Amino acid sequence: MVEESGIRVVRCGGNKISFRAPIISKDSRYEFLLCASGDLVKVFSTSTEECVHVLEGHTGQVTGVILNPTNHLQVYSCSADGTIRLWDFIDGILIKFFLAVSKSVFVSPENFQLVALHLPKVPEQEVEAREMSAVLCNISSNPGSTAMGRGGEYVASVMGRQLTVYFFKKLKTYRFSLKATDKKGAKNAFTCVACHPKDDCIATGHEDGKIRLWRNFNQKKEYTYSTQHWHHDAVGTLCFTTEGMHLLSGGVESVLVQWHCEEVNKKDFLPRLGGAISHICVSPDGQMYSTSHLDNKINIIHCSLKLSAVIQGLVKGNIWTDLMIDPRTRALVMNGRPGHLQFYSLQQDKQLYSLDIVQQEYINQEGLDQFEVMRAAFSVGGTWLATVEERGRCTSDLESSLKLWVYNEKAQSFELNTTITAAHQDRIMHMCFSPSTETTMLVTTAWDNQFKVWLLGLDSDTQKEHASWSCDYVGSYHGLQPTNCCFSSDGSLLAVSFKEVVTIWSSDTWELLTTLCQPPGPIRELCFGRLSCSKYLLGTTAKNLFCWNLLTCSLEWSTPMDVCLLRSDPLSENVVAFSLHSGNTDLFVFRPSEPRPLFTQKAVCGGKVQRCVFSPREEPLDSCDERFQWLNRSRLYFLTELMELLTFSTKAEDERILNSRKQLLVDDSVAVTPFYLLLGKHRQQQEEKQNSGVSQAADRVQPPQASVAIKELLHTPAHVLPAASFLCSMFVNSLLISNTGSRNLQEEKPFSFPLCSGTNGQICWLGM
Amino acid sequence: MGEFNVHRVRFFDYMPSAIRALAFQPQRERIAVARTDGTVEIFNRADCFFQEKVIPGRQQAATEALAWVGDRLFSAGLNGEIIEYDLDNNKTKYTIDAYGGPIWSITSNKQGTHLAVGCEDGTVKLFEVHEDRIQFERNLAKQKGRIISLSWHPSGSKIVAGMMDVIHIFDTETGKLRALAFPSYDLLGTSRSQECVVWSVVYLSDGTIISGDSAGKVKMWDSRTGTLIKSHQVTKWDVLTLSVSQDETSLAVGTSEGHVVQFQFLSMVLGQEDKEWVRTRTFKNHTHDVRAVLEVNTAIVSGGMDTQFVVRPLLDKIDERGQASALRNIQFPHRRLVSCARKAGLLLFQYPGHLELWRLGESEGNGERKRENTTLSIKRKRWIAYSTVASFRLYRLHCENNNVSIIKVSKLPKVLSSANQICFSSDSSHLFVASTCSSVHVAILNQSGCKFVCTLKPKSGSGQAINLLAASEDGKWLASANSDHEVQIYNLNKMKPHCTVPVHSSGVSAMAIHPTTNNLFMVHADQQLTEYSVEKKQYTDWSRQVQRHGLHSLWLERDTPVTNVTFNPKNPAHIVLHDMYMFCIIDQTLPLPDQRSQFYNQLTLRSMPEKERKKHSHAFKMCKIFKELLFVELMEDQSLVVVERPLMDITAQLPAPVRQKKFAT
Repeated sequence: MVEESGIRVVRCGGNKISFRAPIISKDSRYEFLLCASGDLVKVFSTSTEECVHVLEGHTGQVTGVILNPTNHLQVYSCSADGTIRLWDFIDGILIKFFLAVSKSVFVSPENFQLVALHLPKVPEQEVEAREMSAVLCNISSNPGSTAMGRGGEYVASVMGRQLTVYFFKKLKTYRFSLKATDKKGAKNAFTCVACHPKDDCIATGHEDGKIRLWRNFNQKKEYTYSTQHWHHDAVGTLCFTTEGMHLLSGGVESVLVQWHCEEVNKKDFLPRLGGAISHICVSPDGQMYSTSHLDNKINIIHCSLKLSAVIQGLVKGNIWTDLMIDPRTRALVMNGRPGHLQFYSLQQDKQLYSLDIVQQEYINQEGLDQFEVMRAAFSVGGTWLATVEERGRCTSDLESSLKLWVYNEKAQSFELNTTITAAHQDRIMHMCFSPSTETTMLVTTAWDNQFKVWLLGLDSDTQKEHASWSCDYVGSYHGLQPTNCCFSSDGSLLAVSFKEVVTIWSSDTWELLTTLCQPPGPIRELCFGRLSCSKYLLGTTAKNLFCWNLLTCSLEWSTPMDVCLLRSDPLSENVVAFSLHSGNTDLFVFRPSEPRPLFTQKAVCGGKVQRCVFSPREEPLDSCDERFQWLNRSRLYFLTELMELLTFSTKAEDERILNSRKQLLVDDSVAVTPFYLLLGKHRQQQEEKQNSGVSQAADRVQPPQASVAIKELLHTPAHVLPAASFLCSMFVNSLLISNTGSRNLQEEKPFSFPLCSGTNGQICWLGM
Repeated sequence: MGEFNVHRVRFFDYMPSAIRALAFQPQRERIAVARTDGTVEIFNRADCFFQEKVIPGRQQAATEALAWVGDRLFSAGLNGEIIEYDLDNNKTKYTIDAYGGPIWSITSNKQGTHLAVGCEDGTVKLFEVHEDRIQFERNLAKQKGRIISLSWHPSGSKIVAGMMDVIHIFDTETGKLRALAFPSYDLLGTSRSQECVVWSVVYLSDGTIISGDSAGKVKMWDSRTGTLIKSHQVTKWDVLTLSVSQDETSLAVGTSEGHVVQFQFLSMVLGQEDKEWVRTRTFKNHTHDVRAVLEVNTAIVSGGMDTQFVVRPLLDKIDERGQASALRNIQFPHRRLVSCARKAGLLLFQYPGHLELWRLGESEGNGERKRENTTLSIKRKRWIAYSTVASFRLYRLHCENNNVSIIKVSKLPKVLSSANQICFSSDSSHLFVASTCSSVHVAILNQSGCKFVCTLKPKSGSGQAINLLAASEDGKWLASANSDHEVQIYNLNKMKPHCTVPVHSSGVSAMAIHPTTNNLFMVHADQQLTEYSVEKKQYTDWSRQVQRHGLHSLWLERDTPVTNVTFNPKNPAHIVLHDMYMFCIIDQTLPLPDQRSQFYNQLTLRSMPEKERKKHSHAFKMCKIFKELLFVELMEDQSLVVVERPLMDITAQLPAPVRQKKFAT
């Protein structure tokens, strides 16, 4: 945003991929799914779930993708920036782009029109499309409520309680209205529409869950419809299969319903797909369906109603937990699907996995009070995960439980260790693990005016095999309500804020050491300084930011500012504070030791910043500019009011990304295939390694991930990989425990043995 | 409008019987309804589905099917007999035994020359229709198993019969089986061991046969090749009845779930000729089996086990909103089943097989149980008269303290054999008995017995039966209305016809002569109100004013006819009317309601100050606080007798419907 400063706020992944209906297309061998994601069009492989290409170029939200009807390897995309672009999505190349004259066609605030835009056939790449004629006025902004009929002869659109059908040839419009109120109080407003590809039949979905099939709609009076009812809530989307044999419908129930057009009473179901279904699309050959869900997920379903692939984006529903970084995978952890925690890899822009915390079936129905994950915290090493789930927040009878999860190395996932039901009398507000390595300790604060300390230990009574958690200490202070708690970086001190008072406790003896008080106003956030600044404790109230020196137990400095969010970087002394100022959020980076900020940026984003987190970098940057040094070791991610995940990117980083992209680009002059890139690179690196010295510690078993070859193998989309038989030796080699002497022999001629796989699946050595 | 003491009567256990068959006569737009108790009712489609005639029958007849041949109506039942009805006099004309065991179906060909009946013994019997009788012509090739359903091809040369598991086509010329078209009715989805009953077949003019069966399927067959074109699974239970519209573009299907499903013959691609039968609408107006369904040009008429007669209009065929576009649900008969002695406070309830006499004011009731069959009865003061299909009875009633006794009057004049309507004069001195051909017999009652005086005959010479009689309070006038919509007024002093009221297009559903002004007040089936001055032989000014001004649309949109008219003895300007859902007092002194004014305005009037009320009040005072009404009468002592029959009580007595999964159960 602020270019000259060399640092800019960028959107970092997690875009909504289910915003608009995707399309499925196919080249000679592989099937692709294209979907609009923010201002990009992403091309996924339906078999590997990998993102194959990203079509970049739009400057606004992409509002629709459609296959070129004359070439199934090309795609048109339209965007809120007022352009239509034609892409070759196999190579990811922009072929043409059309500039629509009036921008309001795409983003008119209330009154939407359906217009026919003539795309002129001219050789230039950049074309202005001027010819435009309005087809229907006042249509719904939802593209699902407009559909083209058989062979493009008519277009059907629904709005409110009216279905409008416009015949292009006869230039005639027919309108059919439903009664405003049925006797039974049915909500019969239209929600979506679909047209049969072969017959003249229009299917409409309604708010009360009914589906109506309209026929004879070229008659003013003698039109007719039949009604089907399965959905208990509004029908979200409708789609006919390519041949018109089936009608697919979906809604809040998250069940894909396949209706048989011939036998209306027969229907098939595919339940438990995830969130509410917002779009359904069918591949041109009718073999694959895809359902887009509101929880940012696309399911690819074989036409026999078997789930074949899942493309999951970052789930941005209700977020109650903090943003956290899993210390092991460096994945971003937050609320995912209802009752789950999602682990999202920010580097790959992909969900790693979703951990079921509540372990209860979620019922897809509005207005139900179901368990939700409210708080979560990781221990320092990432071995322990504490979660709090709650139900009955609105009603008085609160049910909550504190769960502690341990990481199982073998299973590579978290396992439930202890469940404490009703850990506190009231809602748990905050919790944190002790950073000290000797003891595993968790502190929770709750509205019942207590904070509790939980310790891991062997239960002496039951003589159980494994250690479990139990309450060690219950603390309170003058019957005040505790809000925040925070451990010092060595874990020796615990700070708990009780309204306006900050209390400091010794974590060994649970003795109240001192109290700090700086009225007016209750303490909002509490945070210890790190590393060299660990003697400082930072606290915020609605008006001020305070810094106490714990050695002197006195206020070091304070500054009047409305801090809405305060976080310290675990890898440096830096602390970041977000402050809301006249509708925009400003960012301040400072060290507790000096009140002067290291870096400030006004108006980072509009609205209040909801959550933020520091994520440690894999490789530290070496930025020389003093102002950006705070970004060297960690990256700051933050979530805005509009649920956009943003981060800061420096110029150097941008350049690096650009370079890496250029490297990947295939130069046409040299016959460089991805295969060559893969093997060539592998070879180079191996050589480098040899040069740099082979005497690295070989006694440790190298986990498979470490091998670059494997990484390349696993991360390259399957359809661009060479035959598996060819890669086999490389793969086997990388798994072998390297013995320096023998390795040299092997490495010298890695491909001297022609390999081929036998018919029975065994690998045969053919001999030289 | 005043307050009344109300006798709320709920002990009349009126129970309508289930509808078994329907038949439509397109030329005269009459619908015949056969009920399981043997009754046949005739509804007039053109006259707001008014129940014009009720022909009592016997339960043993077990009527299974009805057929119109021109204006003549035939029925056949499981007792093996074919009945022709005398529609003029509301009785059975003659009965013929078909000698084939129980008859399951009867249909006539389009030409009106033949009747075909399907019998239990596997024969289809053809009867030739003559002027006055029907004559057996021949048996078509006998099959194994019963013939459940029949349908003629519109050309009349072929007939299709639905049986157990099989559909056969017969050639009516030769009587032979025309190629075994469907050797085995393919039961897709049902096990072989289970029999599949073809409950209904329809033969279309293009050679398509449509069948509905007990497997819940509607199947379309090609009759030339005997192949299945399409099969629709309509229900999990039975498809009981089919009916195709006259232009063969629409098909109504009745199922045992209580649904009526419509199929339409539509082109799949607009503007092309290829058409297919597509399932379109589903109507869920019944709770029990739909045993009969009819496609009547603009509406689908259905009836079944739940005793309702439902008229579901097809809105795409109706041009404007109005009476024709409203859903009609006929549950109660369009005539009075209760007779009331206003001075003595006695109520007489008419059941199909007996009468019950109740006295008001006390909680005890006295039952007068008779095994008799039907027709009307009227009681006034000390007499009870009733008539069955076969005979006429008169009783003298003694009512002292709590002892009620009746004495049969033995010697009755021979001419009083059977009656359509009975009426006493207000002083109990005369008895009026409506007989055949719109004639009314007059008899004098005295201590010794009953003496025949004369027979009053209308000038028009109409042959229709009288369905309403009304005598004036002063004993001078008698009015009779017949099902030709004619209203005759007789002068009882001269025993001569006095005049004829101009014929209104709609039948009279209730009428009465005003006690003081001697104006005949009539309510018609189309909800129009007329008042005719008997003495002046012309419509009264008020009646003319009503015609000029027009009635309020809410009044005209009511779907049940008024079945009783009485007058307030204290206030001659008040007329009390009631239909099934409301009772109403019309104040002739107040202005008629405007089209824009609020029709149901009692509540708003009550909230207004006294002075303003006058400005806003109008002639119609409606009261809807009661349950479904069978009878309302204003007694001498200004108390109101209200006979309610809540529909809930009727549905509670019905057998359990087929089990259906309800959402969230």
